[in-house]
Amino acid sequence: MPVSIEGADIVKAAAFIGAGISMGLGAIGPGVGEGMAAAKACEAIGKNPEQAGLLTRTMLVGQAVSESTGIYSLVVALLLLFVV
Amino acid sequence: MTVDIQFIVNASSYIGSAIAMGFGAIGAAIGVGYTAAMANSAIGEKPDSSGTLFKTMLVGQAVAESAAIFALVVSVLLIFRKVPAVGLHQAAAALGAGISMGFGAIGSGIGSGIPGGQVCLGLARQPAFSGRLIITFLIGSAVSQTPAILAMIVALMLLFIDFSNDLITAAALLGAGISMGFGAIGSGIGSGFPAGEACIGTARQPELAGSITTNMLIGSAVCQTPAIFSMVVALMLMFMKFSHAPLNPTWAALIGAGISTGLAAIGSGIGGGMAAGGSCEGISRQPRSVGQVTTIMLVGQAVAQTPSIFGLLVSFILMFKAFPEATTVSAAMALLGAGISMGFGGIGPGIGNGMAAESAAKWVARNLEKTGDLMRTMLVGQAVSQSTAIYAMVISLVLIFVV
Repeated sequence: MPVSIEGADIVKAAAFIGAGISMGLGAIGPGVGEGMAAAKACEAIGKNPEQAGLLTRTMLVGQAVSESTGIYSLVVALLLLFVV
Repeated sequence: MTVDIQFIVNASSYIGSAIAMGFGAIGAAIGVGYTAAMANSAIGEKPDSSGTLFKTMLVGQAVAESAAIFALVVSVLLIFRKVPAVGLHQAAAALGAGISMGFGAIGSGIGSGIPGGQVCLGLARQPAFSGRLIITFLIGSAVSQTPAILAMIVALMLLFIDFSNDLITAAALLGAGISMGFGAIGSGIGSGFPAGEACIGTARQPELAGSITTNMLIGSAVCQTPAIFSMVVALMLMFMKFSHAPLNPTWAALIGAGISTGLAAIGSGIGGGMAAGGSCEGISRQPRSVGQVTTIMLVGQAVAQTPSIFGLLVSFILMFKAFPEATTVSAAMALLGAGISMGFGGIGPGIGNGMAAESAAKWVARNLEKTGDLMRTMLVGQAVSQSTAIYAMVISLVLIFVV
């Protein structure tokens, strides 16, 4: 079966693979980092349950920041898919 | 340029053999080294028990070594197996077998080294209970070997079954090897955590040996799910008939299906193991907590399994959707990209969810009245950690259905 190799197609192919790599690898760090935040929040609430509200808030703010690189990856993946 | 097919098949067998032995040796070496390190530190604490500790270390090292021995067997088979070459699918099967066995042995080697080391520490603390401790350790490290055994079964099937001679089957066989090989890493490492904590926990509270072992077995059984998902995908890739489908882009869909489930299983396997380890530790600290701790472990593990379920879902779509014939490279790369996105994207959230569950299980045991608060915090934290796996799935689905 002939597969045409032309410039525009190669560029598109690279963009698609790039989108997969960007989102795939980019998702590893935030997943682990947010898990660490959640783990420590559980530990701290276990030690000091009265502060559960404060700790949950801190956990969520910390996770939101940790999430940012995941969102950057998502944005780059979407750019590669729909813009370039 | 014409190359005899026999040369390609032989070359692939030799590369497959190198992958099997090279990667297969990593995990066992780490596991054996960890066992030796812990044995030394235990003998340093209790020089009088050095005889028992030395023997236990050797038993632990032998179990961890077995993953590398499986890899050696497959590697030698790949070198000396003489088959008349009929098609490129044999080359793909040889590479797939090497990948399955090589990567599949990493997790079990590390995983069965963990209980081997921990049992030495436990024995130094409680020499009187050596019999009970060694039983717990043997059960735990045997369970940790399961993923390597599944990987060896898939590798041997790839080597000894006659598959149909076409290029789509070749892609499917490569995908099967990738799925099983990478998929076994997480479950192997993960089931080492509960086994190790169970050894330490039994030494701490010998009268709880029964409930700790039960908890360890439940936890490490759940840990095996990602490896079993990977094996299911590998078997489907080997035995479903794809020959009627158009070669381009189906080849990429089948390799992508292997990558998606295989890689996503790494995170869920490790994460599920961390949850189970935390739970064994918690029970050995606070025997009253068995019920609540087991519940929170199972909830936590269930959430930790989600990335591998997303991976399985993307693999199923890639295997069952009939893709129209394409003449472009980009159509194939979109499907391969879908597998890469979901596969790698599942690793982090699986581990992160497991961390949250591990800590929640440990602290529920120490603070039973606050089970509700801890469960809530764990679930909120896990939900946020899960988000990147969901982004990865969205990108995969866009790559499959939209572009």
